[in-house]
Amino acid sequence: MIQQVENPALEIHDLTVSYDKKPVLWGVDLTIPKGALCGIIGPNGAGKSTLIKSIMDLIPLNSGYVKLFDQELDDVRKKISYVPQRESVDWDFPASVLDVVLMGRYAQLGLFKRPRKADRDAALSALEMVGMDKYAKRQIAQLSGGQQQRVFLARALTQNADIYFLDEPFAGVDAATEKAIIQILKNLSSEGKTIVVVHHDLQSVETYFNWVILLNLRLVASGPTSDVFTPQLLEETYGGKLTLLSEVGELVKKGGFHAREKQ
Amino acid sequence: METLVEFFTFEYPNIKYVVFGTILLSISSAVVGCFTFIKKKSLVGDVVSHAVLPGICISFLASGSKDPFLLIIGAFISGWISIVVMDAIIRNTKIKEDAATGLALSVFFGVGILLMTYIQHSGNASQSGLDTFLFGKAAALVGVDLLAFSIIAVIVLIVVFLFYKEFKLVSFDPQFAKVIGLPIRRLEIVLTSITVLAVVTGIQAVGVVLMAAMLITPAAAARFWTNRLSRMLVIASFFGAFAGISGAFISYSTPSMPTGPWMVMILSIIALFSFFFAPGKGIVVNQWRRFKIQRQLLEENLLKAFFKIGEGNNDYFKEIEANDLRLARAFSSGQLNKGLRKLNANGYVERVGSAWRLSKEGHDKGKRITRLHRLWELYLTKYLRIAPDHVHEDADTIEHVITPELESRLEQLLDYPTADPHQSTIPSRH
Ligand SMILES: Nc1ncnc2c1ncn2[C@@H]1O[C@H](COP(=O)(O)OP(=O)(O)O)[C@@H](O)[C@H]1O
Ligand SMILES: [Mg+2]
Repeated sequence: MIQQVENPALEIHDLTVSYDKKPVLWGVDLTIPKGALCGIIGPNGAGKSTLIKSIMDLIPLNSGYVKLFDQELDDVRKKISYVPQRESVDWDFPASVLDVVLMGRYAQLGLFKRPRKADRDAALSALEMVGMDKYAKRQIAQLSGGQQQRVFLARALTQNADIYFLDEPFAGVDAATEKAIIQILKNLSSEGKTIVVVHHDLQSVETYFNWVILLNLRLVASGPTSDVFTPQLLEETYGGKLTLLSEVGELVKKGGFHAREKQ
Repeated sequence: METLVEFFTFEYPNIKYVVFGTILLSISSAVVGCFTFIKKKSLVGDVVSHAVLPGICISFLASGSKDPFLLIIGAFISGWISIVVMDAIIRNTKIKEDAATGLALSVFFGVGILLMTYIQHSGNASQSGLDTFLFGKAAALVGVDLLAFSIIAVIVLIVVFLFYKEFKLVSFDPQFAKVIGLPIRRLEIVLTSITVLAVVTGIQAVGVVLMAAMLITPAAAARFWTNRLSRMLVIASFFGAFAGISGAFISYSTPSMPTGPWMVMILSIIALFSFFFAPGKGIVVNQWRRFKIQRQLLEENLLKAFFKIGEGNNDYFKEIEANDLRLARAFSSGQLNKGLRKLNANGYVERVGSAWRLSKEGHDKGKRITRLHRLWELYLTKYLRIAPDHVHEDADTIEHVITPELESRLEQLLDYPTADPHQSTIPSRH
């Protein structure tokens, strides 16, 4: 069940990605409509983070292409916001909450320029949105997991993007933070922004998202939640049938050839 | 003293140059070192500083001169190659980062020593002084050398100033930096280049072996004093400059003392001092704080014991034998001795023969602690639904941290109660 849409916010065409010659995503082909609040669902190691990273051009593709608003990534960077997994950075870094949030403005500022008053204002109001304005001066190491996630979201909000990619924003955060974040995402979505969220918890999928991508090394399904979030498709995503695919992946790696020849 | 005056009035122009040079070199290595340090690439400094040696030798062999600019170019190139080789090893083999680092370091340094030995035995007349690179010789920082190294140090500082914001983001979250469109490859190249340059110039002062310390120690020490990168750069520069001046002074006042090793020595002392005494992170400061809290707990617990016994006696100001305080709470005799002495010194209790009696202030304080203890117990049972026989331990800690504002809010929330869950009276505030 893979539903394609006209005039999509995100188009992924025939994408194959490998680490160390071992393919972890096979021939992913999907589109997401503008304004969707979309969840990427799949078991651990399914390649969810890899999918986001390849959309963001953080890892090389074996084959296929990605388009955002029908354009190349480089032409629309200013419209894109990325919230990496919280563990991807060292929170012991010598920076305050405000420092980190201000980083969201660096692209707008350009090289050499220092953040201006307006950037500080933007950062502070983003912090207010996520309920962290009182912590602006706090060293980031002194934050709880949930607060760190809020800071990352605030940094993304300062970018005023049109499409947001969040990698596991609910992992290891408290219930209050999860609620606050999903509310912000829903608001953004109702303003017409497109939101793509890597998500873990099957319980909340139906209340959170109106579009769902089921992924496990390959694309199992992509479409409106009511069509895709079915026991049958979930069984296909989480069931044991895919061990074959990952075993073949190992073989490809050992053989030292690429899953697909570069085009 | 005389030497000190002589030194700082720069009576001899040479001193001025040496001091100026060492300060500049120290600051530029300290600033660049901050980025090396926060990127957790401390070993890279070590590799580069050893890897510049073959470059210096080859450059000398090829040109036959000791022109500092030529030597710097050679050093720069071989320093860079070592980094590229190291990255290639990590990326393309199963060798881990630490092993790759060690490999690159020893191979490059080995080749460097080999070339150096060859040059020394070749009887080339102008070779003397090349080994200052091996061990450093800040006092040799004069004339064209000083000019060359100062220019580079200034370039390094300007680049950091210009790219501060980008370097910060690339160090903290390179993936995000890439996504928002920063040219991270080029930024990394610039950062690596100035690291190599800082190392090349710093070597002039302290030599190959101690260079890594010049790079990393000021940053590591500064990190103890601040949580902000901008301040860290300033503090590290200050430490570097201080070490530079001190090293130059020591070797000036005692000519047999080398400048470079003393600079590193002083930096190490600063780092050790920071490790023990920096506010918030220093070990001694933390121990001291813990000790003070322990003492506060002991004193307040003693006053609470006085108050409770007084409550039972219906007379708060009756003399109490020290040992009787143990009825209210298990104090060790050491604690009793120390605590009572301290309370006495502070005017909370007074001595009456072999016994002790509360003062008015001691009574008030004991009453407040008891009150907070009972209020908190009540709060726990009422709002957190914890069984009354389980709340005592919690309240025992919380009673010491509740502020007067919290106290008022607690009272209000509990609707000005008079009895705790064990039906003991909650003493009134006044
Ligand atoms: N940097 C990497 N190098 C090698 N393998 C990786 C790397 N990152 C992820 N993988 C592998 O790729 C697969 C997919 O990982 P990932 O995209 O992180 O999954 P998910 O986010 O769905 O849990 C996993 O098998 C993981 O082990
Ligand atoms: Mg992941």
